Order: sequence, then C-alpha cells, then structure tokens
Amino acid sequence: MRRFWTLMITLLALMMPLAAGAVQPDEVLGDPLLETRARSISANLRCLVCQNQSIDDSDAELARDLRLLVRERLVSGDTDTEVYDFVVARYGEFVLLRPVFAGHTIVLWIATPILLGGGLVALAVWAMRRRRPDTGAAKLTSEEEGALERLRKG
Amino acid sequence: MTIELGHFALILAFILSIAQAGIGFTFWRGNEMAQRFVTQAAILQFALVGLAFAALVQAFMADDFSVRLVVEHSHSLQPMLYKITSTWGNHEGSMLLFVLILVVFGAAVAAFGRNLPHDLKTLVLSNQGLMVAAFSGFVLFTSNPFWRLDPAPFNGTELNPVLQDIGLAIHPPLLYLGYVGFSICFSFAVAALISGRIDAAWARWVRPWTLASWSFLTLGIAMGSYWAYYELGWGGWWFWDPVENASFMPWLAGTALLHSAIVMEKRNALKIWTVFLAIITFSLSLLGTFLVRSGILTSVHSFASDPTRGMVILTVLALFIGGAFTLFALRASALRSGGLFAPISREGALILNNLFLSAATAGVLIGTLYPLVLEALTGARITVGAPFFDVTFGGLMVPLLLLIPFGPFLAWKRGDLAAVTQRLMAAIIVTVVLSLLVFGFLGFPITLAPIGLGIGIWVMVGAIAELVDRAAIGRVGMAQSWARLKGLPRTTWSTAIAHFGVGVSVIGIVCATAFQTEIVTSMRPGEATEIAGYTVTYEGEELVSGPNFTAEQGSFMIGSPWGGERALTSERRVYAVSGMPTTEAGIRTYGFSQMYVQFGERFGEGGRVVRLWHKPFVLLIWLGTVFMAGAGFLSLTDRRMRIGAPARAKSRTARAAQ
Repeated sequence: MRRFWTLMITLLALMMPLAAGAVQPDEVLGDPLLETRARSISANLRCLVCQNQSIDDSDAELARDLRLLVRERLVSGDTDTEVYDFVVARYGEFVLLRPVFAGHTIVLWIATPILLGGGLVALAVWAMRRRRPDTGAAKLTSEEEGALERLRKG
Repeated sequence: MTIELGHFALILAFILSIAQAGIGFTFWRGNEMAQRFVTQAAILQFALVGLAFAALVQAFMADDFSVRLVVEHSHSLQPMLYKITSTWGNHEGSMLLFVLILVVFGAAVAAFGRNLPHDLKTLVLSNQGLMVAAFSGFVLFTSNPFWRLDPAPFNGTELNPVLQDIGLAIHPPLLYLGYVGFSICFSFAVAALISGRIDAAWARWVRPWTLASWSFLTLGIAMGSYWAYYELGWGGWWFWDPVENASFMPWLAGTALLHSAIVMEKRNALKIWTVFLAIITFSLSLLGTFLVRSGILTSVHSFASDPTRGMVILTVLALFIGGAFTLFALRASALRSGGLFAPISREGALILNNLFLSAATAGVLIGTLYPLVLEALTGARITVGAPFFDVTFGGLMVPLLLLIPFGPFLAWKRGDLAAVTQRLMAAIIVTVVLSLLVFGFLGFPITLAPIGLGIGIWVMVGAIAELVDRAAIGRVGMAQSWARLKGLPRTTWSTAIAHFGVGVSVIGIVCATAFQTEIVTSMRPGEATEIAGYTVTYEGEELVSGPNFTAEQGSFMIGSPWGGERALTSERRVYAVSGMPTTEAGIRTYGFSQMYVQFGERFGEGGRVVRLWHKPFVLLIWLGTVFMAGAGFLSLTDRRMRIGAPARAKSRTARAAQ
C-alpha cells in the first residue's frame, strides 16, 4: 500500500505543470509537446550561478544559455535521458536538482524509508509482545503450582 | 550615548546570566535563595536586554551613522518602518533579537511560574541563563552591533532592497518566537533529566509553551512563504531551500512534540520520548541558526559568511546538543514509564503520528545535509533539490494525512478500529461523494490531482465529523446538540480546527500546483492576453519614483470572467543607493484565487515581456496555516491549560493512580 502511494505521489509530482518565471517569449518552442518536455527538464536542472534555483526559474544569463541548449538538443531529436546525460557530461552531477540513484546517493534515497520501516517494525514487535505476556504471565512454575495446590488443600 | 548604554546593558546581562546559570545549577536542590536569585535575574535580564535592543532600534530610527551597523544596513532615505526593521535585517541585529526573545521567555517563566515546583523552576531558569550567556557572549565577542565608526560617514549603504518590505517586520520576529520558544521546552527537558523527576505536572507545564512556540513558528514560516511568493517574483511559495528546511525541521519535530506531550499529560506515558523530542526540537532550531549564520549555505537569509562566527556557533551547538544528549543517555532510564495502553488506541495513533513526523524530519534533515557531508567525504558535488523532497516528503505525508481523522475518534487506552470506522462512515461517504463531484467537475482527468484533492477533503470532513460526533448531531435534538457543541472543551475545538486547517492547506497546495495557468508573452501597450478566462490588457508604462528607488511601472487592466475590471500595476525597481534591481509583482485576489502579473524586460519595439499566472485557490495554502496557528492559540485559552489549583489537584490524583 505504501509503495503504491509513493508511486502515486511520484507520478503526481511528475505530472504537475511546473512553475516558472524566467523563460523568455523568444525561447518558447513552436511545438507545444516539445516545449512541455523542455520545461519539465528545465525544472530539474540547477542554475549553476544561483542559490538553489532551477534554470526554469532563474533570470541569470547562464540559465538562459542552458535553457536554449536543452531546447536545441530536444529539437535535434534527443530523448529526455539523452538531454540529461549531455548536460551532466558538461556540467557534472551538481546540475541535477533530483540526485541520481547510485552508489554514492543510496543512503540519501533509502535512509528515510528504512527509518520509517524500522519504526513500523518496532511498533509491530511491541504490539505483538504486548499480547504475549497476557497469556504467558498466567502460567505458573511447577513450584508455584505446588504452592497453590497446598493452599487450596490447606 | 544611548548606544553605549545599550552596549553596557548587554554586558551586564551577559555577566548576570553567567551568575544565574552558575548559582542555579550549583544550588538548585531545595534552596530558596537560589530560586529567588534566578527568578529575579531572569526578570532583570529582560530589562537589560530590552534596553540594549531599544538602544539599537533608536540608533536606526535616528540615522545614527556613527554606529557601524547602521551605516552598513540603513540609509536616511528609507521609510521609517524599514529603518526600524533594518535593526534585525542583518546578522548582528538578528542575533540580538534572538537573545531578546530568549530573555522574554525566561522572564515569562520567572513571572508566571509561581506554581512551579521550586527545584524545577530553578533548574529551568538556570538552563535558560546558560543559553542567554552563550548567545549574548556570541553577540558581544563576535557579532557586536554596538561598534562605532570614526569618522562617521554622512549616510549609510542601505538595507538589502529585497528585505525592504513589511514582511521583514513580521517574518523574523515570529520565526524567532517559535524557534526560541522551544528553548523553554528544552530547558524543561534538561531540568527533568537533572532532577530525575518528571510527571504529568511537568507535561502540563511544557504543553502550553510547546503550543505557543509551535503556533508562532507556524505563522512565521507561513509568512515567510507568502513573502517569498509575492516578493521573489515568480510566484513560487516553497522552494525546499536549505534555509527553509532549517525552519521546517523544528516545525515538524515540534508538531510531533505537541502530540506526544498530549499523551504524556493525559496518560503519563511516552515520557522518555517526549523529553527526547523536546531536546531534538530545540537542537534543530539551533542547527537551523548555525546553518543560516555560518555561511555553509548561501541564500538570501545568510547575511553573514564569517567562518569565525560559524565555528563559535558550531561550538555552542555542540555543547548544548551534546550536553543534553549525554544527560539524556545517563538519566533517561531514571524516568519511569507510565500508563499502559493497547496498540489500537489514541496513544497508539499518536505514536504513529510521531513516527511519520519523525521520519519526515529525518528525511528533510538528511536531504539538507547530505550534499555537505558527501562533498566533505568524497569531494563529489551533488544537489538535492525540490524534486527529491517532493517525492520523499510527499510519500510520507499521504499515509499520515489519511490517518488524521481516525486519531481523535479512538479512545484512550484501548480503541476499537471497527467501531471508529463505523462512526466515520458518514464522513467517508461525504468525502467520496464530494471527491467524485470534484472529479466530474474537472472532467475526469487522468492526472492524480483529484486524489490529492480527495485527501484534502477527507482531512477536512474528518475534522468536522469529530465535532458532529461529539455534539451527537442527528442523534439528539438540535437544541441539545447545540448545547453540547458549546460545552465542548476548547482543546477539542482546537484539534478539529487545526486538522481542518491541514486539509485546507492540502487543497490549496494541490490546486495551486496542478491547476495553475501560466503564460509568457510579449505585449505592447493596448494589447490584451487571455488567461484562464481572464483578460489582461497592458495599458502602458511610466517611470515612477519612491522614497529611495525609481521604478518602471506597467499598468494593466484585468477583466474577470464574472465581469468587472480591476487595475493592477507591476514594477521593476532600481534602488538608488545599492543600484540593486528588484521586481514587484502585481497581484489581484479573486476569492481564494489570484492573478499574478510580472512585468519583464523590454522586448522588441515598445514591447515588454509579461509573465502571467492564474493561481487557483492559492490563498488556501496560507489560510490553512492561519487555522492551525489560530487553533494553537485557542487551545492555550482552555481552562485546562491554565496552570493553577485544578492542575495541581489533577496531578495529585494522577500520581495516586500510578
């Protein structure tokens, strides 16, 4: 169920049209489908001279150059992945706002799910354990039973 | 002269706080003299730091350009409001504000804490004194705002134009009230660990402080978000910027603390966890201060990029957090665990709430620090940006939001999930029907936005359902239901209102993200553009001048689909002294939706780049936070929150029940 929701949210996030403020009218591509792809790629690329802004949001000259580059690659027929690869090859991984899933980022991606999972498992174990002593505590040792027996007779 | 007086007052407060901490921590056990000393010291500190702060504000108001800080961050042409806010629109001044709020809270405990057990009060105030000592020392020795300049220049170099906004008057003080307010919870936690005594009375004391701080922090973050939305000029309202995360983490942890403190107060359970959360929450506030002030992160917020200051704050941070956790490790086992409960119960639901919120806090913390750690270890530079947080944080929030309505319905100790679901059946049906209506109204799109809306509706309906259930509406007569509704404790109302607010915010977030329309175009005077049913006509531009800036101002006329036209202006400003350009977006509100117009660069002959957004229901995002914070304040007025005779009687019965 949780995986389903995570997936849903991921899809939701991917489908949302992304806000932007910097794109110039002359940059906009004629093909609306290509333009949409260009915009969603831009929202995932970091403006290298800004503070935590995507090139889609940034007014900086360098961001504009990168936006044009992305559109150029798309027009020449690149897939989204090829565009990302091209940009990363040029500017390094730093340019990706959404880090890749690889050896050096594995902790980043899985730490939170593991924490949550661990917490849920701990809760489940606690809930199970809580039930057991109810029956376990009722059992008496043979010594105690003997004592009980004596008391009853006595 | 006043500035020297302020400087002197701060030095006195520093020395006094050292004495307060030293004497308090040494003689806390059963010493009436020590208790009186720390109480009076806390109140006197408030007077002294208040004086120091007033002196600094006065220097800014009077354009005293013999004070270095005023020269560096103000200008005689600035409007009076921005002269005053310039006081904390810089590193030194904002740290002094931090100290001021620390002593305000300390003095509040001293003044209102007459009923506190004396040992506990002494320890709390001693710890508060220790923090005042650390931060006033930091201000005096590394970030002193009181230095003079000789010779004094004729004028200053202006406050950063982006900060010249009413937002600066509201956002930082509210945020600090929240951040620093958690210091009281921290001090209570440390006091509980040192004395080894923690009971329901302790929780009853901690809860109001948590509520107040949390409400302030909620408003502070929301205000910051709205400020960024209208000031930064592209209509984004949350960027997952490390500095935003720094304020968001204490909020998440504080929300968890708020809920676990309820369990502790009502059921005397989760003691160790509550103490742990109290420490964590304030530690995250300190971490936020460190991240922002050290220059490790660059952002609009980091006025100071001075490694020395960073090192000092890091040391303070390490001492407080390290000290508190060492204490926790040594003493936590001394705190006896209280009331038992079944997994399916109100307590269990609150634990689940805490689990999700803690995981979310950890997720944000990891995402914020991971790039720094990775670069330090391997030299690899990566960015963790909004797309990462949207996925991980969103994934955690969905189950939490779905579970919210169940919590208040479950009974303490042992709940019945089937029965609760039955009582929620009406709410479930209403939610499904409403969601389907919305889905149909949208034309059955294949996106997942309707699911987001459905979740928001569920949280809102669930909150109302709790009130309906409590008032037995439909089961007893109208008059009796009304009487029941009026008779509900304010804490019940505030729970419902706060949860309702969460739903409102969710709907705002989903609508503003999924259904916004955006047009980037070039316009010449007289031309019109259609957007989301609105007609925006560009009427022309003119040069206007403000007190300390000149601006190209574009005039627009907006025709709404329901008829009626409203004028709007949007500006590109250049500030005279710093020569820095800013944009002032033009915004018009229609119901909860907004038209957002950004006036861009020149384009072609007589044209202008114009960016238009229609943001449907965007105001709900902040309206929801107002509900949440308002509910927090409402809850504070509940009779049961007041500390007095009834509370003591209750805690006695609680102790007897153990």
